[in-house]
Amino acid sequence: MSILVDNNTRVICQGFTGSQGTFHSEQALAYGTQMVGGVTPGKGGQLHLGLPVFNSVREACAETGADASVIYVPAAFCKDSILEAANTGIKLIVCITEGIPTLDMLVAKEKCDRSGVRLVGPNCPGVITPGQCKIGIMPGHIHQPGKVGIVSRSGTLTYEAVKQTTDYGFGQSSCVGIGGDPIPGSNFIDILGLFEADEQTEAIVMIGEIGGTAEEEAAAFIKTNISKPVLAYIAGVTAPVGKRMGHAGAIISGGKGTADEKFSALQDAGVKTVRSLADIGSGLSELTGW
Amino acid sequence: MNLHEYQAKQLFAEYGLPVSKGIAVDTPAAAGLATAEIGGDKWVIKVQVHAGGRGKAGGVKLVDSAAAAEEFADQWLGKNLVTYQTDARGQPVHKVLVEACLEISQELYLGAVIDRSTRRVVFMASVEGGVEIEKVAQETPEKILKTTIDPLTGAQPFQGRDLAFRLGLSGVQVKQFTQLFLGLARLFHNLDLALLEINPLVITAAGNLHCLDGKINIDGNALYRQPKLQEMHDPSQEDEREARAAKWDLNYVALDGNIGCMVNGAGLAMGTMDIVQLYGGSPANFLDVGGGTTRERVAEAFKIILSDENVSAVLVNIFGGIVRCDLIAEGVVGAVQEIGVDVPVVVRLEGNNAEQGRAVLEKSGVNIIAAASLSDAAEKVVAAAGGAQ
Repeated sequence: MSILVDNNTRVICQGFTGSQGTFHSEQALAYGTQMVGGVTPGKGGQLHLGLPVFNSVREACAETGADASVIYVPAAFCKDSILEAANTGIKLIVCITEGIPTLDMLVAKEKCDRSGVRLVGPNCPGVITPGQCKIGIMPGHIHQPGKVGIVSRSGTLTYEAVKQTTDYGFGQSSCVGIGGDPIPGSNFIDILGLFEADEQTEAIVMIGEIGGTAEEEAAAFIKTNISKPVLAYIAGVTAPVGKRMGHAGAIISGGKGTADEKFSALQDAGVKTVRSLADIGSGLSELTGW
Repeated sequence: MNLHEYQAKQLFAEYGLPVSKGIAVDTPAAAGLATAEIGGDKWVIKVQVHAGGRGKAGGVKLVDSAAAAEEFADQWLGKNLVTYQTDARGQPVHKVLVEACLEISQELYLGAVIDRSTRRVVFMASVEGGVEIEKVAQETPEKILKTTIDPLTGAQPFQGRDLAFRLGLSGVQVKQFTQLFLGLARLFHNLDLALLEINPLVITAAGNLHCLDGKINIDGNALYRQPKLQEMHDPSQEDEREARAAKWDLNYVALDGNIGCMVNGAGLAMGTMDIVQLYGGSPANFLDVGGGTTRERVAEAFKIILSDENVSAVLVNIFGGIVRCDLIAEGVVGAVQEIGVDVPVVVRLEGNNAEQGRAVLEKSGVNIIAAASLSDAAEKVVAAAGGAQ
């Protein structure tokens, strides 16, 4: 078991023949991901990396039976790409691209929700179930199949957590980068719920950042819905309060969003928190007795 | 990206929203002439900076002669205005806005922002307009009325009417408010805004709604499709080093400490600052060199970090995901040699080809302190910068 993806997941790539799509599809294939094709409008019928290229996601899904799509297209075209994939009824969309206009994401996320499609990202490293399926830009070699579920808003911070859980011999069930954008396709709560239901996952590492209230909402969710041990780290204790313009941002968050508030909300929910990024592995060991 | 008040009001006017006749000027003489052009016998003159709290800081004045307008402009143009929303240096004043003066009977608040929790554009309105709105939101949140916009249908007239009635407006004001609400929603959507605020939105003595101030923040990710807004960009309102870093796709924020930090990834950059502080140090900056780091960008990042005179040691922390650590190491060595870095540099490399990267550092002969782990790196850089504070 694992969450979201495993060795049965059939993956297509949107933006397949571009430089990012090509490079990361090569890496995914080398890792053993079951890539079954890709989409680049106008290049349908060609072969790329030994896989068929299609003009549309609809065609790609019909021909390959794909159940997940990874998006590497440039930011300006991502809304269209997400909506196209959602429209086919594909189960999972992972959008790696960063820099997508927020108003585009409001529409894309709403459409995915109404279509029952799970979107992960954008602006994220992707999803990996070690040893089975890698969808995204994370370095495969630092992962190890195991029992820790990792969910994070930040790419390189995820890698730190992965490396420490590998070094301690715990390994990972699945790792999900939900991305750092204001409007993520999946949030902490979505992924925490999946880890709770997953038999392979015995403990959860959650990595947050300052800004927004996603961590506070996750803390409230953990309190009532998560029985597995959770360790959390929040980046940005020393980050300055930015020069602000106007009050609307502060009003909407009700003054929340600092690292200290997030730490205390999580502690109140029974989550073990570590103040140093270097203590994730040792903290997990203390928490679980492993 | 932020806009000035006068720019926001230009956009309001284009969307048919009620704003005062005003002229933005950059010389005292032009301020005097503006009063004549606008007409009347009283004017409001306001410095144009990217910060709130201008009134309390002395940046807004009611004047009753061209000479007084000139005097105010002369007093502020070329100076910096410090408010509770700026840093200690303040923001430079290059323009002042001269406007017709109004008789006001009531001050309201109207704002809109993208709310992460509901994943909607949320409009907020309150009868408690004016400078204390933030306090109102904290202490009496029920006084902030809200309505959310469905991203698939957009703002609807009923939402504007509903807000208007809840604000206690009546008669023609309800209609005016609804028009204002729909116009702002259109503006928010068409121009890719992240934040919009009219504080105060006033009811004039004649009973009409009027936008007395305007703040607009634009989603940086969407600027590529807003050419007109790109032209409104005022680089003078931004930190010089931050602007220079942005040109190289480096994300840099200046801080007060003495330990320069160069990290890949925004989250790891924040985590690195935090661990430096845990070990008793004080970070001089946030700097994310991004994913596809090249030797040139590493060199540029060093130059920006070292342009801060307070920096007495530099910590380079790279977790090579896809990027190879040996290439980063070569970049660091090259940069240190090229620009003659004369403060201690502590380097921690992890991930892809980390061993080879460390070997490159060792063989280079330049004065670089290699760190074995994140904690080790933090400890070493704090020591190199003169110890814990």
